Amino acid sequence: MSTLRTPVGSLDHKKGKSSATITLVEYGDYQCSHCGEAFVLVKKLMREFPNDLVFVFRNFPLQESHPEALGAAQAAEAAALQNKFWEMHDLLYEQQSQLNKNNFIYFAESLNLDIDQFEKDYDSENVMSQIESDIESGIRGGVNGTPTFFINDKRLDSYDETYESLEDAVKNAER
Amino acid sequence: MILQKGTPAPDFELNSTPDQTLKLSDMKGKRVILAFYPADWSPVCSDQMSLYNETRKIFQKYGAEVIGISVDSKWSHLAFSKSKNIHFPLLADFEPKGKVSKEYGAYDGSNGTSTRALFIVDENGVIAWSYLSPVGINPGADIIIDELEKMNTDNKDVNK
Repeated sequence: MSTLRTPVGSLDHKKGKSSATITLVEYGDYQCSHCGEAFVLVKKLMREFPNDLVFVFRNFPLQESHPEALGAAQAAEAAALQNKFWEMHDLLYEQQSQLNKNNFIYFAESLNLDIDQFEKDYDSENVMSQIESDIESGIRGGVNGTPTFFINDKRLDSYDETYESLEDAVKNAER
Repeated sequence: MILQKGTPAPDFELNSTPDQTLKLSDMKGKRVILAFYPADWSPVCSDQMSLYNETRKIFQKYGAEVIGISVDSKWSHLAFSKSKNIHFPLLADFEPKGKVSKEYGAYDGSNGTSTRALFIVDENGVIAWSYLSPVGINPGADIIIDELEKMNTDNKDVNK
């Protein structure tokens, strides 16, 4: 059984109450259609378990298969530096068929980000190294495709692209 | 049972593209990761081969080249490689069907496909490590990288 190599830490993007006791980590790619489907399921899961669950998203862009995936990850990380990670994250998945650099800027405008700063951060070493460290921690932690979920640090091999498989995993997780 | 550590890797020559073949013994002096897998066109967009496409550079840091092998035809491999932009050879164990997979103990006769077996063949053509992944579970790349790391510790001369 593969376990998360890099524990959830201060650099991670988290969503949920700080008192929650179950952590769900997703390694995802913004251009992967299966991640787009999982995005909807995770949203529902967060609504159903508002007190129990913390959701963490880490970047795992499959750059060879998905040419816009890295750029999308950069856009999300650049937005994070203006405290709008989740807003950008949601937009990227909602507009998954429209991923390209021009649209990333358009998304940033619609989130009222400082565009000059966004463009600087987009290519910055800070953003690139965050993405690279996510990829490396994923590869070494047993991420075998996207999306890969970890629940309380254990890889969730039972995820079968259904809501029920996520719900069961949360219900069976140790609190 | 799949072939185990210490066994000389059976040589083979299979199509890597419609007009080229690849021979295992031609790769002597390099480490070779043989990744047998059931089929091209699996239903997930980031399957085992797409993942190795991303981790290929890490494998190369350890002096290892990755090769995928399935019973799909060279034409299927060609189309699959193009659609996923795969940069390493996918070999067609197609005629006689599954011959090489069978020699490695990596053939599932009931489905008529290769299993998800992994082998690292060392610089001298000997199997240094092998692993059979449970049905339906993509083994990922970390177990391969772990082994390559161990091989480097066991054999410090490898980078000479």
